[in-house]
Amino acid sequence: MAEIKVEQVTKTFETFAAVKGVSFTVDHGSFFVILGPSGCGKTTTLRMIAGLELPTSGRILLDGENVTGLRASARDIAFVFQLFALYPHMNVRQNIGFPLRCQNYPRAEIRRSVEETAKLLRIDHLLERRVGGLSGGDRQRVALGRAIVRRPKAFLMDEPLGALDSEFRRLMCGELRELHDRIDATSIYITHDQLEAMAMADRIAIMNQGMVEQIGTPQEIYDRPNTMFVADFIGAPPMSFLDIRASLSRGARSIEIDGVPVEMPEVFEDRAEGRFALGVRPENVSFADSSQLRGRVIGAEYLGTTQIVTVTTANGQIKARLPSANAVRVGEQVGLALRPDRLSLFDASSGQALSSALYAGGRHG
Amino acid sequence: MADVALVQVSKSFGAVEAVRGFSLSIADGEFVVLLGPTGAGKTTTLRLIAGLERPDRGSVVIKGRDVTEQVPAERDVAFVFQQYSLYPHLTVYDNLAFPLRSPARRMNESVIRRRVQQVAELLHIEHKLDNRATALSGGEMQRVAIGRALVREPAVYLMDEPLSSLDAKLRAELRLELKRIQRELGTTILYVTHDQIEAMTMADRIGVMNEGALIQLGTPREIYERPNSAYVASRLGTPAINLIPAELLRSDAVPPNVRTVGLRTEHIRISSADRSGPLAQVHWVEHLGDQNHVHLKLATHSLVTLADPVQQLRAGDQVSLEFTDPLYFDSAGNRVGSDGAGGRA
Repeated sequence: MAEIKVEQVTKTFETFAAVKGVSFTVDHGSFFVILGPSGCGKTTTLRMIAGLELPTSGRILLDGENVTGLRASARDIAFVFQLFALYPHMNVRQNIGFPLRCQNYPRAEIRRSVEETAKLLRIDHLLERRVGGLSGGDRQRVALGRAIVRRPKAFLMDEPLGALDSEFRRLMCGELRELHDRIDATSIYITHDQLEAMAMADRIAIMNQGMVEQIGTPQEIYDRPNTMFVADFIGAPPMSFLDIRASLSRGARSIEIDGVPVEMPEVFEDRAEGRFALGVRPENVSFADSSQLRGRVIGAEYLGTTQIVTVTTANGQIKARLPSANAVRVGEQVGLALRPDRLSLFDASSGQALSSALYAGGRHG
Repeated sequence: MADVALVQVSKSFGAVEAVRGFSLSIADGEFVVLLGPTGAGKTTTLRLIAGLERPDRGSVVIKGRDVTEQVPAERDVAFVFQQYSLYPHLTVYDNLAFPLRSPARRMNESVIRRRVQQVAELLHIEHKLDNRATALSGGEMQRVAIGRALVREPAVYLMDEPLSSLDAKLRAELRLELKRIQRELGTTILYVTHDQIEAMTMADRIGVMNEGALIQLGTPREIYERPNSAYVASRLGTPAINLIPAELLRSDAVPPNVRTVGLRTEHIRISSADRSGPLAQVHWVEHLGDQNHVHLKLATHSLVTLADPVQQLRAGDQVSLEFTDPLYFDSAGNRVGSDGAGGRA
């Protein structure tokens, strides 16, 4: 178990700045996810924590000790790449014990550690089996076993579930999180899949173009995205934005969309006339005949329990998550009701969220 | 008119029967999705239609012609694979034009230009035509790969998990686009996936496969609301359907031959513990943003249901459950009281 501190770390490859001043702290025993699109700098950040890349500037502390210049092998950290990379000619016992054999641990100790690890992963009955004949899930567990057998202070995982099909990914998410809790580890996990992040993380850092856009618990990030980038990256489907021209004064509790006042959380800033984006999540949109905010249904995606209905308005497209039992006809005109206490307002040019009653009190990081 | 038909097709590889007595008829302009886990026989089915495999038994009919004995080039099909395979040294334009320039076609270059332009516009990559294929993002490359199939106008497009190598956001975008393009062009598509969302949102009809056989064929709504078996029921829905032993319900409404009861979110009503109905305990509320899952303990069984956003439930809460119109399954896993409209395949 360890605390990992990343302080103002940058990394430049020739002329390309991959990481531009990233800071965060991962607490003892917590599960921290770095989430972002490909090319956002998340893997480079992880590789610097592992000691596989040297930062251009900044510091990395492991339990208070400055490890910035230490080689990977001198840090007590396990790095898990895509799982599944097993040695096919070895059995399960040999695969799990491999990292210990490389470090010349005594045989008896290897045996004990491997058996303990296998028990933890509930694969102790498979120890003498060849890995070739195992199911996908068991192979994953063996790969995990190889990572945890050394009992390092921290686990760094780079899209370990990327190659798996969606159903199996969901199952492994649950298992990974449970394992993390059981061995009391500190984990940093990298993914571009927001559902994986939401399902596993204690806290999420969302990266974009080498910088951290927001750090928070999954629910904070979902409910109070700091930027339009975050709002758009999280949620399936993501937040919808209505494009509005307006001026705002502190204390405003509504905004006009084409002359129709729409209630929203109290705004804590004065803003001159400009372009804003009113952000609403699909589950906070409903149809209301009486509403003057009108739109036309252009599509409905059936998902079983719910459906995602896309409505086009004069100010942009809105997606609504509605019960499948509601009959919706493509082409019909509908009135839209937006849940007032759940709306975000962004400065459309900077993409930053305005301070409001929804955001105050909930802003961390 | 049926564009493509498989008639009682079987295919074995050694001792493994990959496809068993498979019959399916796809109408002109229809989007059919084969859904199933890895190893269900989906890809083999596509390859049999393309002519990349020969069936042991049965026949393949395309546009009314029996093509079972024909080689792939003679069949009027286009195949899109999971991994985009573009020619890296060619531009996007030349990649798209490639299938049209085959000597067998002898197509006029101005016709090719028009066709490529059309498809590029459809896929929103017209501004990338002069780029090298390798200078594109993953999503753009996959669009070009789909575009290369679209420039031809075959009787049927066969697509093998074409979106699975893309990230979630891009997948969602291309899902909508592919459906739009299919509608606009009225093309016939047979699409293979293990992703239920892709199947639900794009298909006119879904064929659920397991162990080489077609288990049920129907519209997404039919498959979801009237699954013919517990297997099909468990393939669709997030969170997955809860399958619990019938004894736990002890209700007069449950038919006598029912062994398993299937409960989805819309079948479960949670109310305060003072109501009648089975008591359960809230074990855990999983916050996934929009989809918050409530994990309940009912006796020794776990139930997972979608949280009602206005209902504030906390771990440890005692609640009472009410079940409306759940799905019933017999000891073989077949649905009981099935109206038949779901269409057993």
